[in-house]
Amino acid sequence: MTWWNRLLRQKRMEEQLEKELRFHLEQHTADLIALGHDPAEARRQARLGLGGPEQVKEECRDARGTRWLEDLWQDVRYVLRTLRQRPGFALVALATLGLGIGATTVMFTVINGVVLKPLPYPEPDRLVKLQEKTDWSTQFGNLWGFTYPNFLDCKSGTRSLDLAAWHYGGGTVSGSASAEYVNSREVSADLFSLLGVTPIRGRAFRSDEDRLGAPPVAIISYGLWQRRYGGDAAVIGMPLVFEEKPYTIVGVTPEAFRIGDEVDLFTLLGQDVSPRMQNRAVHGIQVWARLRPGATLAQAQAELTLVGRHLADEYPKSNKGRTFIAEPLSPEVGDVRSTLWLLLGAVSLVLLIACVNVASLLLARAVSRERELAMRVALGAGQGRLVRQCLTESAVLGLSGGVLGILLAAAGVRPFVRFWPGSLPRVEEVHLDWRVLLFALAASLASGLLFGLAPALRSTTRELEQTLRAGARTLAGSSRRMHAGFVISEIALAVVLLVSAGMLGRMLLRLSSLNPGLNIQNVLTARTALSPATLTNPSQIRAAWDDILNRARSVPGVQSIATVDTVPLREGNNQIGYRITPDPQPENQQPLVLASSVSPDYLQVMGIPLRQGRFFDQQDRMGNEPVVVIDDVMAQEAFHGQEPIGKHLWIGLGTDPLRVVGVVGHVRYWGPAGDDQARVRAQLYYPFAQVPDELLRRWSELMSIAVRTSSEPLSTIEPLRRAVRGATGDQVLYEVQTMDHLASAALARQRFLLLLFGIFAGLALVLACIGIYGVLAYLTNQRVPEIGVRIALGATARDVMGLVMRQSVGMIFVGVGVGIAGAWAAGRVLMRLVEGMQSSEPLSFAVMIPVLVIAALFASFVPARRASRVDPVKALRQE
Amino acid sequence: MDLPQGTLDLLILKVVALGPVHGYAIAQRLQQVSRDVVQVPQGSLYPALHRLENRGLLAADWKETETGREAKFYRLTRKGRAQLDTETESWRQLAEAVQLILKMSEGGAE
Repeated sequence: MTWWNRLLRQKRMEEQLEKELRFHLEQHTADLIALGHDPAEARRQARLGLGGPEQVKEECRDARGTRWLEDLWQDVRYVLRTLRQRPGFALVALATLGLGIGATTVMFTVINGVVLKPLPYPEPDRLVKLQEKTDWSTQFGNLWGFTYPNFLDCKSGTRSLDLAAWHYGGGTVSGSASAEYVNSREVSADLFSLLGVTPIRGRAFRSDEDRLGAPPVAIISYGLWQRRYGGDAAVIGMPLVFEEKPYTIVGVTPEAFRIGDEVDLFTLLGQDVSPRMQNRAVHGIQVWARLRPGATLAQAQAELTLVGRHLADEYPKSNKGRTFIAEPLSPEVGDVRSTLWLLLGAVSLVLLIACVNVASLLLARAVSRERELAMRVALGAGQGRLVRQCLTESAVLGLSGGVLGILLAAAGVRPFVRFWPGSLPRVEEVHLDWRVLLFALAASLASGLLFGLAPALRSTTRELEQTLRAGARTLAGSSRRMHAGFVISEIALAVVLLVSAGMLGRMLLRLSSLNPGLNIQNVLTARTALSPATLTNPSQIRAAWDDILNRARSVPGVQSIATVDTVPLREGNNQIGYRITPDPQPENQQPLVLASSVSPDYLQVMGIPLRQGRFFDQQDRMGNEPVVVIDDVMAQEAFHGQEPIGKHLWIGLGTDPLRVVGVVGHVRYWGPAGDDQARVRAQLYYPFAQVPDELLRRWSELMSIAVRTSSEPLSTIEPLRRAVRGATGDQVLYEVQTMDHLASAALARQRFLLLLFGIFAGLALVLACIGIYGVLAYLTNQRVPEIGVRIALGATARDVMGLVMRQSVGMIFVGVGVGIAGAWAAGRVLMRLVEGMQSSEPLSFAVMIPVLVIAALFASFVPARRASRVDPVKALRQE
Repeated sequence: MDLPQGTLDLLILKVVALGPVHGYAIAQRLQQVSRDVVQVPQGSLYPALHRLENRGLLAADWKETETGREAKFYRLTRKGRAQLDTETESWRQLAEAVQLILKMSEGGAE
């Protein structure tokens, strides 16, 4: 019979045991009678011979080996029974735990999806990312994107890797429906097969298409397919016009397919006609690879190093000191990672407080059950058995809380994700899976162990005889100390959360009050794509921009308009090195400046104050003297207080001097949180009209317009779109945003953290107060007889209240002390992880700690008052 | 005389090896065969039987006795027989060794 059989047939086994022992007794009795004993005497002797039947049975049960399971089942039933008897306790404990575990599980679910899960491709651990590495560094480090020729050489020079490449892109899709700007990627033909992604319609690219002169083909995303073609199955083979060039659609990617971001259009890298494709000095190609079966990363690295050495010999001009490195391909999630871990940390503190609360409830119960437990020991229960029972109780509570938590997390993950400021990377990967369930299970068992351990250990240390002899209401010192420990740790944890929330709040207040350096009211910005047809000719490009500005000026509500390539607070910037002498200087030793090319009205549109000199005008164009305007930060950095107007400076390796004609106010380009600590703060403006012809196309592709409106800027978007569309109808605005929105998005992460920390801190405060109240009420209740005696001996209500309050003040004092140390450490963590947190904000200690102390005193006031009203006669009679 | 540690199992296996037998008969047999020298504490007999059954050394069936009553009859399993053989052998060796030592002590006194 197997052990589960035994367990299932427990009842029958019990019956058989009973029957076997009865048979023994009766047979023995019969034999004794046959020997001439008196029947009553025979029965007595037989029974004596066997020993106590219950003890024998107990030993037989032990011998079966399924004892622990039977006990466990018994304990579980016992726990459920006692919980049903006290539904209030069960409800509070379960709700607390469920919330704590639920919130923790939500955070973990997000972390799991965004940070921990591998890339959603087959065998993701075989994927690697390749980069170029130089043995010298620029201001931007020593890692580079690939050049296309280097990629091709690495591809043919390695046996352990399959290589694929892609390049960022974007442009206007025109043709049948209205023109639209899309995010695109140029890819090598084998990128899809390398990743293991198969198009859901049509086919992937073929390698014979990945070359100049091959028929132009494109693959579109599921999103573009739905949006532009209404999910029509006949889309394969349809024509598509992208940047004025006709393509044939050959495939549609799966809905969830992404390369970093959502991408709408894929074309072939090998069909790109631009000269940079042949240039060994133009970097920016991304290279991903898959290790061939049996190959290791080390082998791949060795091969790449070899290729690097050959290329350095062959092309010293571009490749000297340059090699290639491979590292495992991992998802790019940016600073979301630290936000998530921070939140998981905070929510774990809340869970910890919840655990401490349940622990103190359980301990109070264990103490009040002490006599029962002692009685059971006296009746023969083993100490280990009692510990097991206590732990079963907490495990049952913990697991039920865990189940509740998982349900809450299942319901709460989506709303939480929607609530996330901006877009959460890899959000499509966030859902409950076995890892999350495992985490929730571990969290609930760990919590169960945590809050069950104290009462359980206590049940073994009590001295049996003393407990039995003591009155029901005698309080043991160790329980008091343990309870005080609980209160202290709860207060300390609550202080950490409250002060952290306070720090974030103070920081946000400080950041919001900072001057952004520009007037964000009523400004609209939008990236602008010129008609692809105009992009081939520099003079046409210049004319097209003038045309756009003129058309936009005529839109009602538009006060002023300017073009600008890099918009403050928005993603993207242009950092260049400069020098204030004509002498050549290595680029990596030059100080950096944020450069923006703008049209003359930019200052007016953005509301940036002019400090000195002038801004640009229509005379600052090609052929006239090149001029720049700098901000006051750069004026200080470059000229150290000397008069900057009229000075010259040089950009990068250029030899033409640029004359400084004006100084404007500093704009917090990196947002209020990041600007003060940013590495590059100096700003420089140059006229878009003076951008040389050969750069004009590239610059145009990056250009945005900024518009100051007289009324609500959002209402001018549509008229503006129509006005800008142009004669050919394919000039489009995209990424339309107000500066107001950009400014608020710049602080969204901080605001989100503050909100969640605020919620967690509030929860912690409430839980801590409930904990303090519960513990003090319990402790005072235990002291009722003592208090009765005190009152009988003449203590006043004030004295008694003082007695209780002193106890609580002591605990609060120690808790706050420990909490301050913890909060200081938390402040260090916040300073490292949260942009804009510059000090641990001492004021937040001064504000938040009194909040906690007052709440805690209030929570202890109620039990204290009750104690002061104890009726001495009743109290003494109780004893 | 008290039984040395672990010998009860061996004795039970030996008795059961003679043929299926119920608990009471085992107790009787042990007492008779040892001429009342070995007093089997009956209280520990049944836990021992259950333990041996649980370890798969004994198997049990409910059968009628000659007096027509139903009783639990234990019999030796193959594993039980092997266990009995090894334990008998080691017991014999132990007994011999003890004998030798005892004799040697006598010799040493000479």
